[in-house]
Amino acid sequence: MSKYSISVNGQSVEVDALDDTPLLWILRDNLEMTGTKFGCGKALCGACTVHLDNVPVRSCSLPLSAVGDQKVTTIEGVGAQKLHPVQEAWMAEDVPQCGYCQSGQIMSAIALLNEKPNPTDEDIDEAMSGNICRCGTYVRIRKAIQRASKSINS
Amino acid sequence: MKDKEAKIFKIDRRTFLKTTSISATGLLLGIQVSCTSTSKKLRGDASANFSPSVYLNINGSGEVTIIAHRSEMGTGIRTSLPLVLADELEVDWKQVKVEQAVGDAKYGDQNTDGSYSVRMFYPVMRKAGAMARRMLEQAAANEWKVDVSQCKAKNHEVTNANGDVLGYGYLADKAAQLEVPTEEEIVLKDPKDFKFIGKKTSIVDLEDIVTGKAVFGLDTKVTGAKVALVKRPPVAGGKLKSFNSDAALNVPGVLKVFTLEGSGFPVQFHQPLGGVVVVAENTWSAMKGRDALDIQWDHGVNAKYNSVAYVETMMGGATKAGKARRTQGSASGDLAKAKGKVVAEYRVHHLSHAPMETPCAIAAFKDGKVEIWAPTQEPQWARAAVGGALGLEEANVTVNVTLLGGGFGRKSKPDYVVEAALISKESGFPIKLLWTREDDIQHDFYHANCAQQISVGLDDNNKVSSWQHRSVFPSISSTGNSSATHPSNPEISQGVVDFPYDIANVSCETNEAYAQIRVGWLRSVANINHAFAIGCTLDEVAEKRGVDPAQNLLDLLGEKRNIDFAALSDDFWNYEEKLEEYPWDTGRFINVIEEVKRISGWGKEMPAGTGIGIAAHRSFLTYVACVVEAKVENGKVVIPKVYYAVDCGVGVNPERIKAQFEGGAVFGTSIATKSKITVKNGAVEQSNFDTYEVARMMDSPKETEVLIVQSNEKPTGVGEPPVPPFTPALCNALYKVTGKRIRTLPITV
Repeated sequence: MSKYSISVNGQSVEVDALDDTPLLWILRDNLEMTGTKFGCGKALCGACTVHLDNVPVRSCSLPLSAVGDQKVTTIEGVGAQKLHPVQEAWMAEDVPQCGYCQSGQIMSAIALLNEKPNPTDEDIDEAMSGNICRCGTYVRIRKAIQRASKSINS
Repeated sequence: MKDKEAKIFKIDRRTFLKTTSISATGLLLGIQVSCTSTSKKLRGDASANFSPSVYLNINGSGEVTIIAHRSEMGTGIRTSLPLVLADELEVDWKQVKVEQAVGDAKYGDQNTDGSYSVRMFYPVMRKAGAMARRMLEQAAANEWKVDVSQCKAKNHEVTNANGDVLGYGYLADKAAQLEVPTEEEIVLKDPKDFKFIGKKTSIVDLEDIVTGKAVFGLDTKVTGAKVALVKRPPVAGGKLKSFNSDAALNVPGVLKVFTLEGSGFPVQFHQPLGGVVVVAENTWSAMKGRDALDIQWDHGVNAKYNSVAYVETMMGGATKAGKARRTQGSASGDLAKAKGKVVAEYRVHHLSHAPMETPCAIAAFKDGKVEIWAPTQEPQWARAAVGGALGLEEANVTVNVTLLGGGFGRKSKPDYVVEAALISKESGFPIKLLWTREDDIQHDFYHANCAQQISVGLDDNNKVSSWQHRSVFPSISSTGNSSATHPSNPEISQGVVDFPYDIANVSCETNEAYAQIRVGWLRSVANINHAFAIGCTLDEVAEKRGVDPAQNLLDLLGEKRNIDFAALSDDFWNYEEKLEEYPWDTGRFINVIEEVKRISGWGKEMPAGTGIGIAAHRSFLTYVACVVEAKVENGKVVIPKVYYAVDCGVGVNPERIKAQFEGGAVFGTSIATKSKITVKNGAVEQSNFDTYEVARMMDSPKETEVLIVQSNEKPTGVGEPPVPPFTPALCNALYKVTGKRIRTLPITV
């Protein structure tokens, strides 16, 4: 067990854990932040997506020891003060069905729009195909990203 | 059959307070509904009983609380049923709070499965709302000393002809003093006055979901909870021979390692598979600890099961005469003299549910009582199973229902809830039990693999004169009962016996097969296999006849009529309903085919390299026709557009109905093009989303258009019906571009 200090949603937090503990379990078990979900444990489904210095990562496969001083942002962090335009678009398009994968979907979508404010359909396919939705909300996710893109650029 | 007569009564406040956490002031109504639970019938439990199913409370500030007693797994039921009540009650939806019920028989049927919820509870919810509305109007009439006929409830207040207004909050306590009105005194709304039913309403959990606040299976904070994982026998019915836990116990954070009893095989749906349990301070320690276990297994009776070979064994049964399930005329006699023939064999492999949230549960056992938090489709079954496993009275078992991160039938079975409860009792800790994705994919209740042969005879006039359908697959029942060697009536009435086309000689037959792994129900169940085979064969028949595939369906259906399947087969099952109540109406079936033709522009010129295909299927009493446009690019199936026409009677929340169809097309894409479970020497070969593939955004339809037929017929479910016709429509579209008939799933192009 080792002590680490990491930055999560703008706050510095201390955790005591095994070095190779995936960030997902630090968030869920140590910090009791349950917005980030477990889906596969192997970076295959995207349910656990968070940002590390604004870049999307699969927290189930990122060891605590690799976080360093990079800033972690989770779903709890993006809309804390006011809903993010992507969250607003998600609501406007009534995207979620069961909702379980949507934290990860939203984090991937925000990262995409940060990098490409006007994504093409192919950009969306590329950025979002790492996130599985078993309910099959993909057509609405695409529409919500297009809606958020308009909102961000207006 | 379900008797949906509702009895409504006032509830004693103390009873109410004991059962819910909300403050119970003002008007409080309970509703009794008599429903025979299908699953209980199938499980052979106690039959129907009368019990209150829904509670409604209006407090002094006008806040309305409606208790959702069905589980939310993504269909929107936690919104749609309260919405029906709210419509009749004439409330301001913003002042409605939905609270989730615990598992308790007093709520009536809570088995959220089989696309039942709206069908079963729509009339009940309407009556409940209308009853409460009438009482509020009567309370206002008493205040104003006028006849109730002069008082009208609208949008959370009651008004009269003089323009006086009283709010629901003010009236709630006064209404609570009144006698409950009789059935005759209730007036249901004219459907044209509906304010929510048939209109768009977002789900109540929407903002919580997009902000990460929604509470799923392992999200409840329970003080002192430890994490448990179980290493289960790789072969269903296998047993532990020996194990060494030294290395596991050396992993920092691992607290305990112990064994969990398995039930052998056949296995009951609620019983754990057994194995070795690791309890740890946190998830990562539990995972590392479990990896460090050294275990020897006795693989048991299913050690030789090879599922791909078994499909061929079953095909042996599908290509010879079997047990007759429906017979009209002589199909074999007609086939022997037929002018033209279509004969095709179809193969489907096992499938896994793979909901994004794996099975999981929290259990806290203390002082002879256990409290559970679980994403379960069937909290009453979970409660009974936990009580049975721990030797507790049901009164000492509380099952809180969280949101479900997908279900698809997997989370009906309470085996994982029982595991959590047993582990909590044995370890002495509150337990968060997690199934990893590998656990989920390797220890599921799998969709039945299946072999089918369909033989069709054409006469001298190019008309279809015989239809012989042989379907062989392990019945779900055979998972728990080794003597159930033929499909049950419900399973064979999911496409085979209920074949609606007007053909003189029909034979539906089954042959023996049995489960050698846990087989369970997966979204639309046997309809998946049967709609695939029937829909593809009909397309071949169209080609053989030289007619348009859509016209072929209409030709074969013949005159619009209600089919008396009960007279055609003793094995017919109408999804628990009487045919008089829910007829098999070919008029509605023909209509969805006509409608899907219209919206898809059927017959239009397609771009080079893109094919278009059609299929139609009634399941769970809902009529669906589907058109798929598809092409092949770089060896991959690409689906530019899907069209659905659906007749589900009254469409309660059209927005969510459309969502079910959009999602159904994606679920269908997984089944048709991606997913396959194979079993070798009794063990599942796939383990995670790298080997058990499901449709991702890039694989899925780019657009799905859904037409909901406007109807005043009784509402029927939409959770499962989108899935069955999708695959054959896709296969028929791909045939147009590849010239190759698809007879095995998943599709290879």
